[in-house]
Amino acid sequence: MSAPRTPAEVVAELNDLTVWFPSPAGMVRAVDGVSLQVRRGETLGLVGESGSGKSTTGLALLRLVDPTSGSVRVAGQDVTRWSRRRLRALRRRVAMVFQDPQASLDPRRTIGASIAEPLVVHRLSDGRAARRRRVEELLDMVGLRGDLADRHPHELSGGQRQRVGIARALAGEPDLIVLDEPIASLDLSVQAQIMNLLRRLQRDLGLTYLFIAHDLAAVEHMSDRMAVMYLGRIVESGTPAQIWREPAHPYTAALLSAVPVADPQVERERRRIILSGDIPSPVDPPAGCRFRTRCPQARPECAETDPVLAEVDPDHRAACLFAGAAVRAMRSP
Amino acid sequence: MSEHVLAIEDLTVTIGTRRGPARAVAGVDWSVRPGETLALVGESGSGKSMSVLAATGLAPRSARVTGRVRLLGTELTELPEARRRRLRGRHVGFVFQDPMTSLNPVLTVGRQVAEAGEEHLGLTRRAARSRAVELLDLVGIPSAAQRVDAYPHQFSGGMRQRVVIAMALICEPDLLIADEPTTALDVTTQAQIVELVADLQRRLGTAVVWITHDLGVVAGIADTVAVMYAGRILEQGPVDAVFGAPSHPYTSALLAARPDPAAGGGDLVTIAGAPPNPLDLPPGCAFWPRCPVRGDARCEHELPPLVPVSAGHQVRTFYPRRVDEEAQ
Ligand SMILES: Nc1ncnc2c1ncn2[C@@H]1O[C@H](COP(=O)(O)OP(=O)(O)OP(=O)(O)O)[C@@H](O)[C@H]1O
Ligand SMILES: Nc1ncnc2c1ncn2[C@@H]1O[C@H](COP(=O)(O)OP(=O)(O)OP(=O)(O)O)[C@@H](O)[C@H]1O
Ligand code: SF4
Ligand SMILES: [Mg+2]
Ligand SMILES: [Mg+2]
Repeated sequence: MSAPRTPAEVVAELNDLTVWFPSPAGMVRAVDGVSLQVRRGETLGLVGESGSGKSTTGLALLRLVDPTSGSVRVAGQDVTRWSRRRLRALRRRVAMVFQDPQASLDPRRTIGASIAEPLVVHRLSDGRAARRRRVEELLDMVGLRGDLADRHPHELSGGQRQRVGIARALAGEPDLIVLDEPIASLDLSVQAQIMNLLRRLQRDLGLTYLFIAHDLAAVEHMSDRMAVMYLGRIVESGTPAQIWREPAHPYTAALLSAVPVADPQVERERRRIILSGDIPSPVDPPAGCRFRTRCPQARPECAETDPVLAEVDPDHRAACLFAGAAVRAMRSP
Repeated sequence: MSEHVLAIEDLTVTIGTRRGPARAVAGVDWSVRPGETLALVGESGSGKSMSVLAATGLAPRSARVTGRVRLLGTELTELPEARRRRLRGRHVGFVFQDPMTSLNPVLTVGRQVAEAGEEHLGLTRRAARSRAVELLDLVGIPSAAQRVDAYPHQFSGGMRQRVVIAMALICEPDLLIADEPTTALDVTTQAQIVELVADLQRRLGTAVVWITHDLGVVAGIADTVAVMYAGRILEQGPVDAVFGAPSHPYTSALLAARPDPAAGGGDLVTIAGAPPNPLDLPPGCAFWPRCPVRGDARCEHELPPLVPVSAGHQVRTFYPRRVDEEAQ
């Protein structure tokens, strides 16, 4: 594989990571061989359907789940086997913002106390007055008034709570922020506010994001590079433009064709690739290509060979035995 | 012109809460004809669900409902509850966001679909069961004859929603009310369900009221659309007119707020602030505090009327032409 043309510092990486969870039905292969690198200052987008392993991948970067095999590296250090005590330092390097701002904030604490928590844990500001100043500065960064520090989460709207979650993530000046569905629970008009805020903060503070969402248009908008997950694997990765214009994996093509567009004329004329059936169980993924049970282009070979994520164009990869050709066949009338 | 399946006029719903009355729906009018799809869009709390629940007599007990509702020509608001329930059961099917609110976890899916047929059509148990298998097949449950005895937990989210659609269809309703039926589903499953409903509608001529906040879904399914905000309709009309020439600043802003992969990655258009509290609505236009056009003091203090801007296309404003130009 070719090295990136402008070698950028890798902030965090996963190498052949697997995360399996025991369950009554057998091992749930939530993440099953994922490698990715997040480079400083970029947004890497992770998109995929429910249960494809996006959150588990994000949690692995904070070591909030234990890898079954493979490795996790953050800021050049292999943190795969770090002890609970050492992980506290990691939690400062990598912060997370969750989908449900309601659930991620303690309802009994004031907003200010929630934002100050990382400052206390990581001993970042000395004294109450300094902490209070820093909290107000953080609130200002996310576009909230400083006096909101004394309120409780239930007094805030969903969008305001999500801004608080972002302020809290910024408190430790992390190298990487994992954003797990940060806009999914918000209203449309508020989603746009949060996406603009995240982009502005990234520009101003040089932040690095892993942006997880099932909303393809949002991931396309936010990301410098993106990866599409299916059943615990990355099936395609590349720039948003590559993936939007020339998807090389049949799953990506189907996903793109299913995204509705707010234009009645486009909708009337479009040809959807309707996938049959449901995503198979991650306890017992299909042998060979994992997508073959729903792939409109599946052939006998697909049951025998598990396709690797291979380059189809510079910086554009797909895990399909017939990458490119299969999609062309699906899209031609 | 064929008669409306459901027509509501000046529907108002006020809900008593501990902190005072909340005006959930205020003076809403709309109607839907056979084979037609009306989409209700708007942000959370705008009154989409409450307007259809109140229209069909399903509002919570704490709600005070006024206005007129005609289902297939019968004025529902004047009927005793028992008759209203019978009419609803016979002519209206419901599909909600979470299929488990409609499904009983301890009954087989076949039993649940069949029960609706026994109750409302008077089918025998045997006839209802075979009709259930036909319907499960119709909504795309693979090997329906074998799976009719399965329980809801043995199905995925998308399959459960198909079962709920089968339940809603067994009486061959004249009207299907679908309240965010795909919001909890993945896009590929959403595409399957949208396709399924459109196909059934073509074959059975069902009228559909589809509630969603996804403007893309609206563009794909709707004939007409009503945009709601704080309990009122701000704009409504044929989907091509409303999306092609949005005439209310709220509609224009909503359409522009979605990232558009074709348009490149600049900043998104946003609407400052958040929707108002239903316990404390402003006296004039409820959108005034967030409105980028911001009319004048009149908008702040007086409620603008819903006025026509083109055939069947109405906008709530004092200044139809001016708003129209600003929106372009
Ligand atoms: N702690 C756990 N124990 C058992 N199974 C789990 C656990 N966490 C996740 N899983 C399973 O692992 C798979 C991947 O889950 P994950 O939450 O990573 O998916 P996701 O892509 O984030 O989905 P969503 O879009 O629904 O959030 C799913 O099948 C899930 O049920
Ligand atoms: N049972 C209830 N008791 C009190 N208030 C209610 C009740 N149900 C709804 N409301 C209020 O009525 C208003 C309209 O609610 P409704 O459920 O119709 O909104 P919606 O447009 O369907 O929103 P969503 O997209 O979140 O489903 C909201 O302000 C809501 O808080
Ligand atoms: S390898 Fe075969 S089954 Fe898998 S995506 Fe490609 S064509 Fe489809
Ligand atoms: Mg998740
Ligand atoms: Mg609702």
